Amino acid sequence: MSKVPDILDTMSYGPAPEDASPALQWIAKFGGQFGVFIGGDWHPGLGHFESRNPATGEILAKVTQATPEQVDQAVQEAKKALPIWQALSPTERGRHLYNLSRHIQKNSRLFAVLETLDNGKPIRESRDLDIPLASRHIFTHAGWATLRDEEFPNAEPVGVCGQIIPWNFPLLMLAWKIAPALAMGNTVVLKPAEFTSLTALLFAEICQTAGLPPGVVNIVTGDGEVGKSLVIHPDIQKIAFTGSTEVGRSIRLTTAGTSKKLSLELGGKSPFIVFDDADLDSAVEGVVDAIWFNQGQVCCAGSRLLVQESIAAQFFQKLKARMATLRVGDPLDKAIDMGALIDPTQLDRVSKLVETGIAEGAKAHVAPCQLPSSGWFYPPTLLTDVEPASTLAQEEIFGPVLVAMTFRTPPEAVALANNSKYGLAASIWTQNLDVAHDIAAQVKAGTVWVNSTNLFDGNAGFGGFRESGFGREGGREGLSEYLKYSYISANNVLVSHGEVSPTPGLDRTHKLFIGGKQVRPDGGYSMQISSEAFAIANRKDVRNAIEANENATSGWASATPYFRSQILYYLAENLSGSRGQMIEALSLSACPNPEEEFAYSIDFILWCAAWADKWDGAMHQGPAQTLIYTRPEPWGVAAAIAPNSAPLLGLLWSAIPLVAIGNCVTSLASPLNPLPAAELYRLLDSSDFPPGVWNILTGLRKDVVSHLASHQGVATIWCLDPDCHELVSRSSVTNLKSTWNLDGDRMDLYASRSPELFRRATQVKNIWVPYGS
Amino acid sequence: MSAVDQAPFQLDRNPGIPLDLKWVRSIQVNRSATERRAQSLPARRTVKKEWQAAWLVRAIECIDLTTLSGDDTEGNVHRLCAKAKQPLSPSMISLLGLGNVQVGAVCVYHRYVAEAVRNLEGTSIPVAAVSTGFPAGLSPFEERVKEIERSVASGAKEIDIVITRAHVLQGNWKALFEETKTFRAACCDAHVKAILATGELGTLTNVARASLVCMMAGADFIKTSTGKEPINATLPVSLVMTRAIRDYHEATGALVGYKPAGGIRTAKQALDYLILMKEELGDRWLQPDLFRLGASTLLVDIERQLEHFATGSYSAVSRHAMG
Repeated sequence: MSKVPDILDTMSYGPAPEDASPALQWIAKFGGQFGVFIGGDWHPGLGHFESRNPATGEILAKVTQATPEQVDQAVQEAKKALPIWQALSPTERGRHLYNLSRHIQKNSRLFAVLETLDNGKPIRESRDLDIPLASRHIFTHAGWATLRDEEFPNAEPVGVCGQIIPWNFPLLMLAWKIAPALAMGNTVVLKPAEFTSLTALLFAEICQTAGLPPGVVNIVTGDGEVGKSLVIHPDIQKIAFTGSTEVGRSIRLTTAGTSKKLSLELGGKSPFIVFDDADLDSAVEGVVDAIWFNQGQVCCAGSRLLVQESIAAQFFQKLKARMATLRVGDPLDKAIDMGALIDPTQLDRVSKLVETGIAEGAKAHVAPCQLPSSGWFYPPTLLTDVEPASTLAQEEIFGPVLVAMTFRTPPEAVALANNSKYGLAASIWTQNLDVAHDIAAQVKAGTVWVNSTNLFDGNAGFGGFRESGFGREGGREGLSEYLKYSYISANNVLVSHGEVSPTPGLDRTHKLFIGGKQVRPDGGYSMQISSEAFAIANRKDVRNAIEANENATSGWASATPYFRSQILYYLAENLSGSRGQMIEALSLSACPNPEEEFAYSIDFILWCAAWADKWDGAMHQGPAQTLIYTRPEPWGVAAAIAPNSAPLLGLLWSAIPLVAIGNCVTSLASPLNPLPAAELYRLLDSSDFPPGVWNILTGLRKDVVSHLASHQGVATIWCLDPDCHELVSRSSVTNLKSTWNLDGDRMDLYASRSPELFRRATQVKNIWVPYGS
Repeated sequence: MSAVDQAPFQLDRNPGIPLDLKWVRSIQVNRSATERRAQSLPARRTVKKEWQAAWLVRAIECIDLTTLSGDDTEGNVHRLCAKAKQPLSPSMISLLGLGNVQVGAVCVYHRYVAEAVRNLEGTSIPVAAVSTGFPAGLSPFEERVKEIERSVASGAKEIDIVITRAHVLQGNWKALFEETKTFRAACCDAHVKAILATGELGTLTNVARASLVCMMAGADFIKTSTGKEPINATLPVSLVMTRAIRDYHEATGALVGYKPAGGIRTAKQALDYLILMKEELGDRWLQPDLFRLGASTLLVDIERQLEHFATGSYSAVSRHAMG
């Protein structure tokens, strides 16, 4: 009997399953049990855990729980492979990456099916997004590998990189990690998430068949313990982590006090902002792509919907109508929109959070779709009547749950958007060019999509502001994470740890410089250094200083670069005019060569002033009819710990690049020789520095550093005092601020001027503007 | 049950509403977002096996089988009507377990309306006439109105009018509204399918606004193209027009039909349009009274796909009766 007449009545879709057998056969080839991939070979595991299909709960394969010895073995193999890999020419490394990219392409359907089986995401997404993007990422980095020497002549590879990736985009995150590391001449040990190891293992096989030198890529599987072994391993020079903010924080703590480079790509609660002049139907589709992509298990998911009040009712109605056509089900079916959540624990977490939201007064609208009876499925859910104070407006849900709020004006939209500890991404919907660029500049997010969402490209950088982490992946900006810049060692011209010669002088009162004023220290204590007394800043002084910075931030960041540049020139001018006094202060500070340090200092200010209005953004080559531009944005409030030596140049080196680019800075002066700093702050006023742009403190070093480094209002901290590096890194976990630790006492500060200072003084925002008339 | 058992147009006609300029001008279409949706839609949904066969049959039932060539004669119109009555071979119909299958309408120039009506006597297949100075729509206004009247008098049940593109390009919505209203009045009981010639309107926002104005003026269908413009039916344009239909339906309750025309040649394209209708407007718009595919060569590709479904091997064009 033909089914056709009945189907003509219902016009239903019917099943459209992708064949799983090639992937299952690939697993069977390994006997359903995988070892670890070390030094180009498979090594049997000693213990295994089960990897399950989230759509059915069935066991797919057994995967090795790598032992600490195996992790060590992997690191040693990666270390052994370093000289071999680095001996290759840039084009040879580029060829290897090109080959890997092509091998992924040639096995794209196998990768896609395996990913869907292991992760539960719809085959449409793994087939059309995950796998092509992974291949594309490695492809574009084949180019970077080729260009490495000419584009980054002063940088070195970091060494062995430990990379820990999440389960939401297993192969894509692998590509994001491995491609730039290899392109810049590093070798890697990568740990996939324990829920989703299989495509990483298929990638390992591809490394073999593509002829990648053994040890360049090593894959160790297992749970967080394996990750921990990587993080603490002494031979690993760089940790790259994508995952939860909680784990990121613990990695930050563990690596504190080591020289390991660190990049963290963490959670988010990204705003999706719809203005009243937007194309509402397109914005509704944008919401679908923002929060119901990959079951909402996306770090940059547009999970906070902000709608202008005048269109809110209409928009919610359209959105609810659209939810009615969402199809949830077997991820291998080619015609479904949403598959299964990764694990029962995740399903439980999402359910509990939604219950909390409802208990707090949110109204839930659940898509009227049928869920399969087995597997870990959760329906698309919209929660309205959520306020910024609600748990769900602040906490990352990491599931298919959207929370909605309304706003009245563009400034209120920005305020709501930025009312979050996170800053990963934002999506802005408006037909008005002015509104789009204005809001894009104001939202705190590493990636902004205008009239679009969740667009990715190997050439565009991706990464967070605030507690969404630091470091970028993709594009030129992502490469710096896998490079190190060597600073020229000191030639002892400016360095001295000698005691200050007790030259008698006229008694002067050195206060703190906060908010454009000289203020007495809150505690009322001062310290005697040689013949002079310097104020001791305490916790409250730090608080006041940062508050003064915060008040100055918006004005200073939005001042024209020309204006900032002029002020720096003016400072250089005034410093020149105070030559006699400053030379004397430097002499009193046991500077071995005051004249030279003075001259260098003025040059350094002029150099920063020159850069201040020239640190441009870039335009990335992306998809057709898409403008991707980058804005190097100031962090906001920065702290700068001056080195012990070079009391004037060190102070300037650690603060002026930050100031030049629009940050407001609180500096802690050299503890041994604070006199030049005290002389300098007297010049700031007369140089027209707006109050709060630069505060200068003196005090007990570790005490002030710990208050500065733990202050959540401080977005980045540069520390040139090696004695404080560990303290800075540890204290920075409060808000996961970016840290830059350098040994200012062993550097030739003058010779170490490089654009890297300005790269570090900013964070890159990528703004995507697809266009068409 | 197949839709052909129902007489076409059982639903209430769109009575139109007064021109609402504020609404018209408030419409915004973002082109790149629309294109992304149009691109991902066919990748999000698919139909396989029996479902594909059934959907293809529905596509046939929605075809406005069309000939609009300068060299049309009674002979090829006759052939077209024969194909309209029996688009599938009897053996295929029985393999699919169906009763009668016929196309949605036959679409010709005014000159052949009477001939087509004669040929289709005894069937429920309506004859549609392209009218109002098709395709450019620039003949004198009175003559365009008269042309409608003559086609209706000759037995056309549907009139595919072309709008004056200049009204859209100049933002003269009132003129477009009045023109369409006059055409509709001239149609009497025949249904009005307003051809926007979207390929000549410049922007998707213009397409959306023109769609809305034509519906306000009482169009029963809105249609993309004459088939003579350089760019005819596309999925992005269809997305914009179906969304306009949805908004108009939500505001007025009226059901307005949609007809993409021009360049639709493959079974896969036909399925994409059906998917778009189902997703954007719902199942009600998968019936021939609210959905038509304007096409001349589409049918044979659908026949070949159905042949493959039924026999497992691909067919050749020469094995299917010409239309």
